[in-house]
Amino acid sequence: MLHIKCPHCGIRSQNEFSYGGDATIKRPELGKEISDQDWDNFVYNRKSLRGKHWELWQHLSGCRQWIKVQRDTATHEIFKTLKANEEIS
Amino acid sequence: MTQSFRLESGGLINRDKKISFKFNGKNYFGYEGDTLASALIANGVHLIGRSFKYHRPRGFFGAGVDEPYAIVQLYRNGETEPNIKATEQELFEGLEAKSVNCWPSVNFDIGAINNFLKIFLPAGFYYKTFMWPKSFWYKIYEPFIRRAAGLGTASIKHDKERYEHKYEYCDVLITGSGPSGLASAYSAAKNGAKVILAEDKSRFGGTLLTSEVNIGNQSGKEWADSIISELKEMPNVTVKNRSQVFGYYDHNMLVMSERISDHLPKTKKFHPKQRLWYIRAKEVLISSGSIERPIVFGNNDTPGVMLSSAAKEYMKVYGVLVGKKPLVFTNNDSGYETAIEFKKNGIDPIILDTRKEPQSEIIEEAKNMNINIKNSYVVVAAQGYKKVKSADIAKISDNKEELGSIENIECDCICVSGFWTPTIHLASQSGNKTKFNEDIDAFVPGISKQNEKTLGAANGIYTLEETLKDSFEKGNQLSKKITNNENKVSFPNVVEKKSTVHDKFWCVPLPKGKNYKRFLDFQNDVAVSDIEIALKEGYRSIEHVKRYTTLGMATDQGKTSNLNGLQLVSKIENKVVPAVGHTTFRPPYSPVSIGAIVGREVGKHSKPTRKSPMHSWHEKNNAVFVDAGVWLRPRYYKRGEENLFEASKREAKNVRTNVGVCDVTTLGKIDIKGPDAAELLNRVYTNAWLKLPVGKARYGVMLREDGIVMDDGTTTRISENHYHMTTTTAQAANVLSHLEYYLQLVWPELNVNVVSTTEQWAGAAIAGPKSRELLKKLFPKSDVTNEGLPFMGYMEGDLFGVKAKIFRISFSGELAYEVNVESDNGYFMWEKIIEAGEEFGIQPYGTEALSTLRIEMGHVAGSELDGRTIPYDNSLEGLLSKKKDFIGKRSLSRRAFAAEDRQKIVGVVPLDKKTSIPEGSHLVKDANAPLPNPKLGYISASCWSVEHDNPFSLAILKDGKNMIGEKLFVMSPLKNKVIPVEIVSSHYVDPKGERVRS
Repeated sequence: MLHIKCPHCGIRSQNEFSYGGDATIKRPELGKEISDQDWDNFVYNRKSLRGKHWELWQHLSGCRQWIKVQRDTATHEIFKTLKANEEIS
Repeated sequence: MTQSFRLESGGLINRDKKISFKFNGKNYFGYEGDTLASALIANGVHLIGRSFKYHRPRGFFGAGVDEPYAIVQLYRNGETEPNIKATEQELFEGLEAKSVNCWPSVNFDIGAINNFLKIFLPAGFYYKTFMWPKSFWYKIYEPFIRRAAGLGTASIKHDKERYEHKYEYCDVLITGSGPSGLASAYSAAKNGAKVILAEDKSRFGGTLLTSEVNIGNQSGKEWADSIISELKEMPNVTVKNRSQVFGYYDHNMLVMSERISDHLPKTKKFHPKQRLWYIRAKEVLISSGSIERPIVFGNNDTPGVMLSSAAKEYMKVYGVLVGKKPLVFTNNDSGYETAIEFKKNGIDPIILDTRKEPQSEIIEEAKNMNINIKNSYVVVAAQGYKKVKSADIAKISDNKEELGSIENIECDCICVSGFWTPTIHLASQSGNKTKFNEDIDAFVPGISKQNEKTLGAANGIYTLEETLKDSFEKGNQLSKKITNNENKVSFPNVVEKKSTVHDKFWCVPLPKGKNYKRFLDFQNDVAVSDIEIALKEGYRSIEHVKRYTTLGMATDQGKTSNLNGLQLVSKIENKVVPAVGHTTFRPPYSPVSIGAIVGREVGKHSKPTRKSPMHSWHEKNNAVFVDAGVWLRPRYYKRGEENLFEASKREAKNVRTNVGVCDVTTLGKIDIKGPDAAELLNRVYTNAWLKLPVGKARYGVMLREDGIVMDDGTTTRISENHYHMTTTTAQAANVLSHLEYYLQLVWPELNVNVVSTTEQWAGAAIAGPKSRELLKKLFPKSDVTNEGLPFMGYMEGDLFGVKAKIFRISFSGELAYEVNVESDNGYFMWEKIIEAGEEFGIQPYGTEALSTLRIEMGHVAGSELDGRTIPYDNSLEGLLSKKKDFIGKRSLSRRAFAAEDRQKIVGVVPLDKKTSIPEGSHLVKDANAPLPNPKLGYISASCWSVEHDNPFSLAILKDGKNMIGEKLFVMSPLKNKVIPVEIVSSHYVDPKGERVRS
């Protein structure tokens, strides 16, 4: 079971969180024209990386904040966590 | 029965306390501190079971967790448990155990015929033989194999015992209380670290209990005792015996099973039987020691052949002789220690050493004691069926390939030592990249992935002095980093006998003309010949060889067999062992009971149960409940002898003619506040929300980004910046997360707060033509006329002194209202509604009637919004705003979603107006078309229409909009039904929606 450092609450067990997918995907702006390909990339296409991956988790049974977590998908090592409003650098 | 193999004195057992027990129906006794194994051996019992495949007689091979043979069925306090190792089960008064895998008895086992058929039972036998004819598998092969195999029977009774889970955090977790565990725990504890020391046996000390050493002028055991008692006094240390750390998971979480009551005749009151510990450790020190490995020779599975360390442990810990004419077969000095122990107890052993001229302090001591030592000798085969009677031995050439002439010598046990295998299971589970150590012919931990270090014998360090030095140091270093405190302990003086190098000999060649079975895996009956066959048939990867032959796959997980298996594969393949590699070690290290894994989450605790504040009223009024997510909801209220069908029909009919009341507390409720609340709703819902006036409700549908309907419900504008959203019962949690996702990540500029208020409000839906009359009585001060409270209107009211929210919304399609009060007043509200409604013929209705009402009205619910449908499919396309963007809108223009013959919701009526239509059935054009019959759609929900008094269903049908009036067939292969039907509008009742507005 992973140990995830919530930037708001501190280190908590994985079972307090739920997974939310790739954190680098940006939702296209509302009302803006967008090609089928770009929309499909947003909705469906994911890289499924092996290695370092920025992903979203929600601290569901805690502060309910969505957070960004940099995790190695092969080793489960977690390098960094950010608040929702912090930019991935 | 006398204990003819019990020594006069010695051992760590309590000879003042006799304990009686039963094995295979016979009475025996042992002493307090015995295991079932030691007590049986003391009584001269060596036949304990039958082997898995060939049903060969099985005795004892080890003295602890590594035991592959002595698995019994245990009976305790009226319960039975399989897969118990006799070498681990402590004796208690009244213990009863039976052999497994034998029928009719362990002495005469019919399955033993397999032994004579063994030529027919080679590796892969089951895969090859039972493949055809295919139809034989279920009826003949499988039942036969299941009966013949197996290691005991699981109880099908409810387990009365309690099992607990515990979460713990520590600085340093130490797994094993041998020399390395004690030393590292001691120095870590002295530095003030929070330490957990776990020992899987009942006694602390590991090999210190059996080795002839001296630490700081104390015997090994005395030193272990003093360290343990000091550790127990320290507030920062938890010391646990009977506790097996069996799994090493991500982020340094380890799981340990503590056996609290298994050694007692009965679990003490208020105690659990076992406790599972989830331990998050900053650092882990693995001090799990090593397991002696056997040397492979003919008939090496005969009862009486056992590990030499086990024979020594039985003498030194339990005061028990495993035999009176022992043969010690060794390739290293450990066998000598066992022989010396025999000699000290007045027994004359013979040592067969595969080495030519070994010299060391220990060997010198054995020679001085006049022990008969035969160098360059091997055991070719054990003789005897149910117990070793003699051994065929021979001289072996220097190249270890030629055997001299065979001699037969009498013996009653053969104690084998093939050197030591470090127990690297936990390190390997943690992700450690293990490496092969040539010096000890075994794998040791290499590069760590997590915060673990392996100490002592588990790391391939076999001298006490080096082990202690390293362990004191590691414990000190690691804890110092955590506590910033150093309190160095002085290193004690260590006296131990020096040993010399071992011989890398592991398998005795077969003598000419003999075809003895030479076993590698004792629990799964995998012999040398099986591995040879597997390799001949082309299996190369060790993982494949393992699965094909079942090597190392039994409950002992190959603790004694893995390395010899690897040696054999590498020899045949002409590779070095590290090139073959070992198979993956997976948790659990040793079997864990299902009860411990499940813990307290059994029965009604297996998931939380939510009840509405009106629950007790429903109970009193004969409600039959149904699970709705985690909620319990009344399905129907039973009157007299009614069944579900009759009751729900009555309840639904009463809503259509009089008035009914339904508990809708379970609906998800989300409170939304903030200046941008309307904007949020406008983006989340598909329809327009910016112009909804205060005091009005609106129905809305929300989509996922992929265009699929996520949920529906009504949201009411309570005041300028305050909305009350309702969701379906099932989607409540997901919708809240969905809103939070967009507010926190996508549109953080929106100034809105959302919070779940599902539990804060109790809700009652009042539905039916007489509901307004009832409402007038409930809220005499409020104007609830059609003008004062129109359809989709909202107002606050006073319910006999209780503040209430009144929504004019309808799921049943009738004139209807929903009244919400604070949860604490829910019961009061309900009683008042029932009381006031009596004159209008009010009846409570459950979820079944609720479904009937919405189905015949064509209102969609979870069975249509099933994660596969878009708004159009549910005839909700009228709610799609063309003027604004919303979540998921862009997806709706994908080609498939805009197809002309897109599926759409329709109504379905059987032509005979009688036959009920099973939910989930398929709709087809031609009932007699050849299979696979093209499917046009599926039945999503069925009911008995109370309005029309005939069956009615909703279906999602291809090209639904053009199918009205068509005649199709409903097919349900599950129920073996073919029903001719007519497709009608999904709005079967009041298609214009006049009633809700009346």
